[in-house]
Amino acid sequence: MQSVIRIILQRLGLGLLTLFVVSIVIFTAVNMLPGDFAQAILGQGATPAAVESIRRDLGLDQPPITRYIQWLSGALQGDLGNSFAQANFASFVGADSGVRTTVAQQIAPRFENTMFLAAVTACIAVPVSLVLGILAALFRNSVFDRATNVTTLTSISSPEFFLAYVLILFLAVLNPVLPSLSNIYDGMSFGERLEKTLLPALTLTLVVTAHMMRMTRAAIINLLASPYIEMARLKGMSPMRVIVKHALPNALAPIINVIALNLAYLITGVVVVEVVFVYPGIGQLFVDSVKIRDIPVVQACCLIFAAAYILLNLTADILSILSNPRLRHPK
Amino acid sequence: MTRISRRGLLRTGAAAGVLAASGLPLFAQPKRGGRLRVGLNGANTSDSWDGRTHSDLYMIASAQGAVFDSLTEVAADGSLIGELATDWEATPDAKTWTFNLRQGVTFHNGKPFGADDVIESLQMHVAEGAKSAAQPIVAAISEMKKTGEHQVQFTLEAGNADFPYLMSDYHLLMYPAGQIEEAIAKGIGTGLYEVTSFEPGVRMTARRVDSHYKGDSAGFFDELEYIAINDSTARMNALMTGQVDAINRIDFKTEALLKANPMIRIQEVTGNQHYTFPMLTKVDPFTDVNIRRALKYGINRQELVDKILLGHGLAGNDTPIGPANQYFHADMEPLTYDLDKAKFYLKEAGLTELNIDLNVSDAAFNGAVDAAQLYQASAKGAGININVVQEPADGYWSNVWLKKPFCASYFSGRATEDWMFATAYEAGVPWNDTQWDEPRFQELLLLARAELDSNKRREMYHEMQQILRDDGGAIIPMFANYVQALSTKVATGDTVGNLWQMDNARMAERWWMA
Repeated sequence: MQSVIRIILQRLGLGLLTLFVVSIVIFTAVNMLPGDFAQAILGQGATPAAVESIRRDLGLDQPPITRYIQWLSGALQGDLGNSFAQANFASFVGADSGVRTTVAQQIAPRFENTMFLAAVTACIAVPVSLVLGILAALFRNSVFDRATNVTTLTSISSPEFFLAYVLILFLAVLNPVLPSLSNIYDGMSFGERLEKTLLPALTLTLVVTAHMMRMTRAAIINLLASPYIEMARLKGMSPMRVIVKHALPNALAPIINVIALNLAYLITGVVVVEVVFVYPGIGQLFVDSVKIRDIPVVQACCLIFAAAYILLNLTADILSILSNPRLRHPK
Repeated sequence: MTRISRRGLLRTGAAAGVLAASGLPLFAQPKRGGRLRVGLNGANTSDSWDGRTHSDLYMIASAQGAVFDSLTEVAADGSLIGELATDWEATPDAKTWTFNLRQGVTFHNGKPFGADDVIESLQMHVAEGAKSAAQPIVAAISEMKKTGEHQVQFTLEAGNADFPYLMSDYHLLMYPAGQIEEAIAKGIGTGLYEVTSFEPGVRMTARRVDSHYKGDSAGFFDELEYIAINDSTARMNALMTGQVDAINRIDFKTEALLKANPMIRIQEVTGNQHYTFPMLTKVDPFTDVNIRRALKYGINRQELVDKILLGHGLAGNDTPIGPANQYFHADMEPLTYDLDKAKFYLKEAGLTELNIDLNVSDAAFNGAVDAAQLYQASAKGAGININVVQEPADGYWSNVWLKKPFCASYFSGRATEDWMFATAYEAGVPWNDTQWDEPRFQELLLLARAELDSNKRREMYHEMQQILRDDGGAIIPMFANYVQALSTKVATGDTVGNLWQMDNARMAERWWMA
């Protein structure tokens, strides 16, 4: 157990370092994009005087290194700052009344929505892919196995927006059973929220299922050739029991890894799906913010994405250690 | 058997004839009730109820179109009517304007509306450090005086006959004096609808005010729901699946699909929105009017309307005054695609061949790059070689527009001629993207501004459009229509406003459930 805790701490430390590097990369990348917030927000009205005044108000006239250090010192104290859009709005009002929405307040409800979508998707995708994977392993090389493989591989090979439109066509236009618009908002009942989230969740399910299902199938089939499985078979166990009781526990490590990676994808990779279904999640906020070069919001979103990856990967590693007695009790 | 008298038959017969001739279905009477759900683009997470920041349809429709009012309003037919003002009059020099305000109007929080509210609401546009797009309008008022509880007098720095029109600008909303900050935070106006929820960039809902000064003549829905859908495909899906009753700005490429759906109708109006290719007339070779004319004849306007707008527009005549303007010169001889004339003017300029760069990006308008390439192909025959330089969309307005001698641009147009000219054609204004300052035009501009006689103004504005067509530095090949799609569940009046999308963004006020 000692070693597990040491690994966790070590990995968390490295994770913080990764976040730091990510923040530098993002900051540099956004700065290298042509145009800045002032030009983006003013559009055609970008007269030199107006651009100048916005840049001054937001401190965009400072050199990038100064701005980065300012942001970093705030972030280290847990203050992600104000979005440019909000800060600019405050200067619009003339007098800054001090009541501003911070980046954290802006992101929180969006993040909650994205997590809700990820959770709904996970609740569908994980059981479905595990069951499909186990069944495919059980009936391998059968028509069922082939059909499952073809279907899931087709869906993972298609672009997300295409899958989304196909689902909209069949489930919203031709057979209007689900709404194509997933504009969830505060004050909706859980049931309504679930109904509105179902189509994007199904789209994401189609995207992530193949990976998890095929890893389950491969890991199990791999084990089916081991002597102890043969022993179990010789004892006269049913094939299903052999797989679920004997093969699955030993196959868990790679499966957990793949599930964790896909869960991370559900948080970071939903941008396109959120746009297609008008789902007010963090992905849409991210796209909007990149469009207007709102660096504080972009930074915060990227840090959340990076943190999600790091934490879920860490969880995956810990779980695969815990699921493997040889790693749990190293000699 | 009922007896029908001859007279009665004539009467009903005549009535039926009139109805048939007008094409009005018998049930086209507005009726109260229902919830209007609209999918709109142009929404942003930074949106607020501060009129000074409004620039796109979503907030214009939510604020001026539903929750707030202005002093005046442009009716669907383009005429100016009073909103919070009942009537107004000017001194003969058009410098002093007296507005009588509507009595008995209250804000949603119960505060009565009066002269103080007008003055304070206008002053916020010129407040120290405030950045308002309507700042020039208010800055031109040298004095605002409360001459009664319900009367305000404005003294302008220079006469302006269009002043009441300017008061209909969507930035100039009326807020309750002394509570402006609260009103901006919560959305407290005098409009037909009261905000029930507002999530910037996501959704706005509102409910009809019980008793409103507009009475039964406007605001027929019980409830509103404006949903922010910036993606055009998602907007179309939402309408197709019946989750919204109307959407703005349809994608022309998918128009056929919408048309095939019997539950949907497409509404199209030609307004003042126009696409331009401005030349800097202070930079060679565009200093020579012959070169400008050669370029004007070398472009095939109708081809651009057909191929870039897919027919949803009107060929332009190099003037920014469109069909939604009062003094639009509709009879002016159109500029044609005429290579002989182009060659002639090129020769007048002492050239047989002209090589120029045209810097474009789709940031200027959708299809600008394609339009430039069509232009390139059409001008080639006259010896005009246009080199199309594709610029990045980011920073286009800062780095290319107003800087490169020949580029692409667009204007959404203005309600009045003077406003449009003062924005981009008056000598020395920051957006004069042609640097053009023809003396007769500038003289007429000032004369017409202070002229109250409508006939004289019409003459002057027609002459100005003529000068622009023949001498101006901007090629204005097309006016782009506003195209929106509605469910057949929603009915609209016969005349739909063409100043701005969605019935001048006032669908909440003017439409009803069929």
